[in-house]
Amino acid sequence: MSAPASAGKQTLLEVAHLSMRFGGVVAVDDVSFTAYRRDITAIIGPNGAGKTTVFNCLTGFYRPSAGHLGFERDGHVLALERLQGHRIAREAGVARTFQNVRLFAGMTVLENLIVAQHRILTRASVYNLGGLFGLKRHRRAERDAVEKARDWLERLDLVDRADDAAGNLPYGQQRRLEIARAMCTDPTLLCVDEPAAGLNPHEKAGLAQLLKSIRDTYGIGILLIEHDMSVVMGISDHVVVLNYGKKIADGTAAEVRRDAGVIAAYLGEEA
Amino acid sequence: MAEAGTAAGWNGRLKEAALAACVAFALALPLVGIETTDAESGPGFVTRFNWVAIAVAAVFFGKLLLSFLPDEILPQQRAARSVAASESRTILLIGAAGAAAALALPLMPFSSRYLVDLATSVLIYIMLGWGLNIVVGLAGLLNLGYAAFYAVGAYSFALFAQGFDLSFWEALPIAGLLAALAGILLGLPVLRLRGDYLAIVTLGFGEIVRIVLINWGSVTGGPNGINGIPRPSFFGMPFVRSAPAGTTTFSDFFGLGFDPVQRVIFLYYVILLLALATNWFSLRLRRLPIGRAWEALREDEIACRALGINPTSVKLSAFAISAMLGGFAGAFFATRQGFISPESFGFQESATVLAIVVLGGLGSQLGVVLAAIVLVTLPEFGREFDQFRMLLFGAAMVGIMIWRPRGILANRAPSIRLKPKGAA
Repeated sequence: MSAPASAGKQTLLEVAHLSMRFGGVVAVDDVSFTAYRRDITAIIGPNGAGKTTVFNCLTGFYRPSAGHLGFERDGHVLALERLQGHRIAREAGVARTFQNVRLFAGMTVLENLIVAQHRILTRASVYNLGGLFGLKRHRRAERDAVEKARDWLERLDLVDRADDAAGNLPYGQQRRLEIARAMCTDPTLLCVDEPAAGLNPHEKAGLAQLLKSIRDTYGIGILLIEHDMSVVMGISDHVVVLNYGKKIADGTAAEVRRDAGVIAAYLGEEA
Repeated sequence: MAEAGTAAGWNGRLKEAALAACVAFALALPLVGIETTDAESGPGFVTRFNWVAIAVAAVFFGKLLLSFLPDEILPQQRAARSVAASESRTILLIGAAGAAAALALPLMPFSSRYLVDLATSVLIYIMLGWGLNIVVGLAGLLNLGYAAFYAVGAYSFALFAQGFDLSFWEALPIAGLLAALAGILLGLPVLRLRGDYLAIVTLGFGEIVRIVLINWGSVTGGPNGINGIPRPSFFGMPFVRSAPAGTTTFSDFFGLGFDPVQRVIFLYYVILLLALATNWFSLRLRRLPIGRAWEALREDEIACRALGINPTSVKLSAFAISAMLGGFAGAFFATRQGFISPESFGFQESATVLAIVVLGGLGSQLGVVLAAIVLVTLPEFGREFDQFRMLLFGAAMVGIMIWRPRGILANRAPSIRLKPKGAA
């Protein structure tokens, strides 16, 4: 198996010897891989392979038992495993979506996208004090935030539903809105956890298109967990395969598809 | 209830009505059927079984009648209907009209000392309700010990005003600040708790504060409370018959005759001002990043973290600001009564304020006003009903929860709307 075509690519995330144990269960066992800027890196594997655990370590929901998560931002390397949960999103710019959609269901679609811009708006309002008295800088920042949200709503074709509760959207649109919300935090790495689950083939194609356009327009790295091979094979620049917490393959989509170990993991060993 | 007209339908309905009548009988027999009397020969009782019969019959036929109502007009379905965007303007109009009516109330011909006093009580509860609404309605953190902050505000006001001879307006911010500190003190240990667990800890916190007030006799006066709390003055002019040396009384300055009602009306305007400021403050906060973060926290704390929002600071700010508003209300309560004791800050108080917020509709400003009016004035109207007063009160609460399960005003108005392009 040859190394992925990494020539001329900027490293964004370097996962080195990551392990995560829960008591006696080893969910992730010595996994190492690299994700690049302007790349879609897919993490695939059978159920229970440890894909979401890798995500939870990356985004600060778990503290890894061992290993290093080096994240490059503005020329220096941040150690994600040492940052507190919310500071990973804030300082490293790692945004994520969830396997079971986690929108702010009672708030409107627009509000979901505005909340994602919390940090910028809090600064502009001088930690809310200025905003209390209608500071001009805050009003301008809020207008910009709404414009950014409007761009995303137009892209997702949701402008008409901007003032509806997010929980009332059809499931497919909720998934897309969650990606838009993550993008509103201006991330450098977007982690999407099974975005195609529960979508119909038409919606899946639209989702693949959306992820590709995010990569090309914003030049950020995307980390994708997905079971649907039509999505993975169609858009991934680079695929990492996990099984029982261990990495069993790493390469381009075409390489991984031919890999004997991967075929065995998915279809079972030939007798 | 769908099989209208069939024999089976009739049977079911009769059974249901009979069951309700049985429950009514069990409840009415001790509550309505026996009246205690206080004759010269000692306490006794008389029975009133005819009243019980009336109650049981009313419940039986009422339940039967209800079962004939078509499904569409049953309360649950009606409450679920959402409100169109244009109705938020109606709410704004109602709010403005309400504020104008409140301003004019003491000047109305039908106004009386009793009415203004009652309205002052209502306004205290409205203010408490708005304060609690921030933590319960917006941030979604159930707090059963809100009276603790009310108490901290009242006691710190009383102690500072007496001990350092501060005026009402000087001691008010101190009371708010100390209450906010108490809020942070409560918030720190409960950061990881939610729902039922949080409710129990806040309940305990409320009791701790009350018990400290009872037992810390050297500072708080123990169960005797604090007496002679300074009354507010109108820019230094006291509301008394004859002025102390070096001051002019309010009535002399304006050339009015002395009338104790003047102070009652002044107090009413003070609490109205405080309440309106509270309303402005919380409406404003809701549209700021912190307010949206509170609501986001209520909806999903994990998603908040993933978006880089620090749940710790968001929660603590909700506790602190909510407590501060409670503290202001407490300070006003202390200066109005002139006397405070731990008895005024028991669990009953926390429960009433929470009931106001829940009955009004979580997160709704106007709902709190309506619920406070209902909950504070209902026992007053009920005075003629004598010992049935609390029964009536309970029935009204149950009624509201049946007809409006999510509160009187359950609709959430968005904090921001998408305007058509170019209109911004």
